[in-house]
Amino acid sequence: MIDRRRRPTFSLREQHLLDSLQATGPRYYALVGGLVAVIIWGLIAYGVQLRYGLGVTGLRDNFMWGVYITNFVFFIGVSHVGALMSAILRLTGAEWRRPITRMAEAITFASLLMGALMPFVDMGRPDRILNLFLHGRLQSPILWDIMSITTYLTGSTLFLYVPMIPDIALLRDHYGHGPAWRRRLYTILALGWRGTPGQKHHLETVMGVLAVLIIPVAISVHTVVSWIMAMTLRAGWNSTIFGPYFVSGALFSGAAAVITAMAAFRWAYHLEDYITVRHFKRMGYLVIALGVIYAYFTFNEYWTPLYKLAEHERGYLAAVFSGPYAPIFWFTQIGGLLIPVLLLTLPTISWVPRLRATPLLQPRPAVAAVTAALGLLVFVSLSGSPAAALGEVTTARTVLPWAFAATALWLFVALLPVFRERPIAAAVVASVLVNIGAWLKRFVIIVPTLQYPFLPIQRAPVGWAFYRPTWVEWSITAAALAGFALIYILFSKLFPIISIWETREEGTAQASAGGEVAHAPAP
Amino acid sequence: MLSRRSFLRLVAVGTAAAAPLGGNRMFRRWRLGRGGAVPALVASPAVDRTLVQLTDVPTQGGDPTIAYAASPPESRGQGPAGRRWVMVIDLAKCDGCRECTRACQGMHFIPAGQEWLRVYELRDNEVAAPYWFPRPCMQCDNAPCVKVCPVSAAWKREDGIVMQDTSRCIGCRFCIAACPYGARSFNWTQPEETEAQQNLPYSDEWNQRHRKGTTEKCIFCPGLIKEGKLPACVSACPMGAVYFGDQVEDAVTNSQGETVRFSELIRQNAGYRFMEELGTEPRVYYLPPRKRLYPVPPDEPQPATTGVHP
Repeated sequence: MIDRRRRPTFSLREQHLLDSLQATGPRYYALVGGLVAVIIWGLIAYGVQLRYGLGVTGLRDNFMWGVYITNFVFFIGVSHVGALMSAILRLTGAEWRRPITRMAEAITFASLLMGALMPFVDMGRPDRILNLFLHGRLQSPILWDIMSITTYLTGSTLFLYVPMIPDIALLRDHYGHGPAWRRRLYTILALGWRGTPGQKHHLETVMGVLAVLIIPVAISVHTVVSWIMAMTLRAGWNSTIFGPYFVSGALFSGAAAVITAMAAFRWAYHLEDYITVRHFKRMGYLVIALGVIYAYFTFNEYWTPLYKLAEHERGYLAAVFSGPYAPIFWFTQIGGLLIPVLLLTLPTISWVPRLRATPLLQPRPAVAAVTAALGLLVFVSLSGSPAAALGEVTTARTVLPWAFAATALWLFVALLPVFRERPIAAAVVASVLVNIGAWLKRFVIIVPTLQYPFLPIQRAPVGWAFYRPTWVEWSITAAALAGFALIYILFSKLFPIISIWETREEGTAQASAGGEVAHAPAP
Repeated sequence: MLSRRSFLRLVAVGTAAAAPLGGNRMFRRWRLGRGGAVPALVASPAVDRTLVQLTDVPTQGGDPTIAYAASPPESRGQGPAGRRWVMVIDLAKCDGCRECTRACQGMHFIPAGQEWLRVYELRDNEVAAPYWFPRPCMQCDNAPCVKVCPVSAAWKREDGIVMQDTSRCIGCRFCIAACPYGARSFNWTQPEETEAQQNLPYSDEWNQRHRKGTTEKCIFCPGLIKEGKLPACVSACPMGAVYFGDQVEDAVTNSQGETVRFSELIRQNAGYRFMEELGTEPRVYYLPPRKRLYPVPPDEPQPATTGVHP
């Protein structure tokens, strides 16, 4: 039991973790200010959209959905990591998860808020939002979305909050020097936690029940999100595996987002003692496993229609594999899947040279390598791609994507030894690539299908036959990302981003079992 | 603290209290249409020019449990009972003049950029001749748009028309995504309206007022039907290529005043419905484009505009 008088100060370890709640410097304010500015700009863009209608976006009758729905699927996907980290890893007893579960759950919370916002941004008549409740029809997948997302938001907020209660109580008892509103907040949120055995028992029970309940809810959320597309007849969306396909992609992108967050907080709050290379490696294994599953579903999703080449499937297949969307698609497959998985396996590959100076980074070999790579890529594309049967092969459509690919290939090979030496840097690069790829992949799932409806796009007014997002859509997207980051940063200023009592438990448990205590100096 | 029993009681009371507020309304949407059958006075299929009283005309086609489950706004109707409107478009007669499209635009003051009845240039394969393909709303009996609408802004009337209520639509555009024919249009900006148009009263049966941020489409001109007239596109067709009528009466009429038996017309001309394999059960039938005496589209139809952007 925590006694106020007997433990007037924090232990060194707690003090270290709690320092992050106070430490604010010019860089912090610059970051928050920048994020707020982006959000305000996004709000202005939304104001323009409200005033003039959705016509200010690139959306038109043939492309009724675009960037907003892409954001929606992306954010909801990233949010799945909370259930993965805290529920699945908890139930399977993976103890290494303890310092990073709260980060994962906070990602879930922040990205669910942003994701749930997107359909409302996309609505033509947000003023009629109440119609969803006054006239809601349970047959519509939109109602399923609303139900499953609100359930998941409630569940994951509880999942974030309940294990935080002991830490909030710690703050309530020992955070005397903070402003009054903080103490009041902590007092309310601590729910009278005293750390009695009975309370601990209740907490464990609630956590156990929540962990079991949250898994089916999380799976239902992204399944239902995928049904927004899969419940239509459109070629490319009319697929039976969209549910598991989307769920696997969601877990993949969410786990990668956790790696990015881990690195950011480790760097910003100096948490090197708590988040170690060990954690990056474990998370890396998780991302590799999820990435392989996602690759398997992607292969299934494209290979079956590609083999059959049914009439209506040809349009979007050609567009995706060799047409206008090919650069994006191949980036998601190579840059967003293959290279990240390679980067994450890199630290365990012994034959990658351990070099400090890489010869390929010298100017002349660099130019030679890029030229050779470009030549190779163009040659491969000219010598008959598998999509030739689709009849719409446009080789070397533009040199730009090929030059980009060649440079990236050279950079990857040249930097291999560097990444070999620095596994955390490799993991961060991999996870950022995964998330860029994840967003683009959702775009490539949504838009090319709309380009090739059953009846060809004809007599469309100029500019209606191709989707190009406008500044309004990009501004609102940037604002959503900024909002996500802001919620996340403010959360880390209000509550310790690493669970204090859970990592303390891990430390004692491992010490008594004689295992290594890799994360923290002893309290 | 709540005991288990008092908690359960609270839940029960809460559910009962909430039912009239929302829950009950929501679940009533699951009900079927008005039975599976309606009484009607129809033309006898056996003896010419006689009427017979049918007690149960099946509300045929589609999956009525799904198609009719949408609950229309209270002020709007299910359409005249015992009617099943049907359209037949003879592709052999269509010469692509687009008078139907223009008549439709004029009748409904359709906003710029939209064509509720669009005439496509299609070609089924490399050796087949290209042909004109007018596409109104197919008024599907198993309508994908009605299924996905979250607020019953789209609903299926018993006379077969898929209606759209722009005063309820929330603009989610799920119906546009669901429609396999591209028959639905969205008001992306506030449509420009003339003063005369602004003075028109709003009526979803006439659909002459348009609202920003809502979806609209061809609705077979129910206002004109009520007055005993043919839909605007049908009477505008100079070739008499478009027939309109009541499937229950088994009679369809075109702009030339020719009234023919619907079933005979379909049977003798190998009539078909567009993309039958989708299972949407359209109420628009097509007669194949054979033996055309009229100008056809150029040998190479205009390519579908892809990737052209200003």
